[in-house]
Amino acid sequence: MMKKVIAVRDLVVVRGEREVLPGISLDVSAGVTGLLGPSGCGKTTLMRSLVGAQRVRSGTVEVLGEPAGSASLRDRIGYVTQAASVYDDLTVAENLAFFARVLGVDRASVDEAVAAVALDDHRDQVVGRLSGGQRSRAGLAVALLGKPDLLVLDEPTVGLDPVLRRDLWELFHRIADAGAAVLVSSHVMDEAERCHRLLLMREGRIIADGSPDEIRERTGTTDIEAAFLHLVEDTEPAA
Amino acid sequence: MSGRITLAVAGRVLRQVRRDHRTLAMLLVVPCVLISLLWWMFEDLPGDLFDRFGPGLLAMFPFIVMFLVTSVTTLRERSSGTLERLLTMPMGKLDFLLGYALAFGLLAAVQSALAVAVSVGLLGLEVHGSVWLLGVVAVADAVLGTALGLLVSAFATTEFQAVQFMPAFVLPQILLCGLFVPREAMPGVLEAVSNVLPMSYAVDAMQELVGAADTGAIWRSVAIVACFALASLGLGAATLRRRTP
Ligand SMILES: Nc1ncnc2c1ncn2[C@@H]1O[C@H](COP(=O)(O)OP(=O)(O)O)[C@@H](O)[C@H]1O
Ligand SMILES: [Mg+2]
Repeated sequence: MMKKVIAVRDLVVVRGEREVLPGISLDVSAGVTGLLGPSGCGKTTLMRSLVGAQRVRSGTVEVLGEPAGSASLRDRIGYVTQAASVYDDLTVAENLAFFARVLGVDRASVDEAVAAVALDDHRDQVVGRLSGGQRSRAGLAVALLGKPDLLVLDEPTVGLDPVLRRDLWELFHRIADAGAAVLVSSHVMDEAERCHRLLLMREGRIIADGSPDEIRERTGTTDIEAAFLHLVEDTEPAA
Repeated sequence: MSGRITLAVAGRVLRQVRRDHRTLAMLLVVPCVLISLLWWMFEDLPGDLFDRFGPGLLAMFPFIVMFLVTSVTTLRERSSGTLERLLTMPMGKLDFLLGYALAFGLLAAVQSALAVAVSVGLLGLEVHGSVWLLGVVAVADAVLGTALGLLVSAFATTEFQAVQFMPAFVLPQILLCGLFVPREAMPGVLEAVSNVLPMSYAVDAMQELVGAADTGAIWRSVAIVACFALASLGLGAATLRRRTP
């Protein structure tokens, strides 16, 4: 039995007038977990709840054994928002040095983080002048500082070319192999195959949970996109 | 709160400003140019108009410029996700606010050192009080501008909206600060309004410094500006939430 890294129970989040998460429950354990669902289904809202950035109405969110947002978690979670969340007018190295000082980690971990995302050749380049893929890797490098136990990555591969996407997924697996849990969201279903485990999400609910093989088998489909459609039709009785 | 993190924020803000040549020019060169323009404009007129208006202008620069720069930078910080990320890290809200206040306070000290050097050295402005007190006034003024800038950035979603707060927050203060019409000579209502606006005291402090140089009165005005600055920092801290809707 793998250790639970995240445990969410009956989480209700209301944003504006809408109940975006109407009572979601889920678990995440070690490895690379994909949170897949169409745009607007609440992936960002859920991730913000995990890192303690989202005001929630009710329910419990436990991360690494502590209530989400606890002060003791603040240097144990690496978080990349849907924007790269780095300073465009600073270089890669300057960005990392700043966040390293905030986290209180040494310069050596800056070099490690730069190497992990393969930005060595661009470390003295201003982030605003990097390509989209390099920029999101810079954002990811910040999240790697201090070797967090959990990485929460909001759509890190969106809009990147296939080669870069493959490289990033390989990186996520290397990080997971080193012991951290990695939660990655995406609205692109074909990224599913790259995950150990999937959480399929729709309209603020988890509609399937398991390895890609398990989900395909359960739905009698050959790919996750078909499985998703199958599940949607199941939950929506014909009117 | 942590000194390490406050200094990290201040250092990072200063580095960003250093990289942005336009902002740097607005901070350091424009005030010198404007004060020279003022002097030139009054040059052929009788009386000591430059001595009357110069100090007020010196008091306005730090406030206006820091207000603008801070509101836009923190708005960027909110929209780029860096603020959200920082607040999930071991960063106290006070670290963030004080880091900004420290960076812009330092810039204000440099800015007024330059503007005062130009005014006194080149343009012949006479300062009776001590020149370093001028620096104190300018820094208090700048921290006030920074704090208000942080505050309004919470109510804007675009940089354009942030800049729109200028006419609402800054122009009335310029009109009512006593530079154009002495505050005592204003209609009662306006005088009362002027009495609760921070810029009035910043301008008072500068005018006292240049004029009679009653040190007690200067410190009183500085203290009032500092109180306004602290209150706005407090309000700014209230708008900085780890959890947002
Ligand atoms: N700041 C906000 N205020 C009100 N509603 C919001 C806000 N942010 C997102 N929403 C709404 O919440 C829903 C879920 O959004 P989000 O969590 O961003 O979805 P996803 O990340 O899956 O695209 C959407 O319908 C969106 O319109
Ligand atoms: Mg999203």
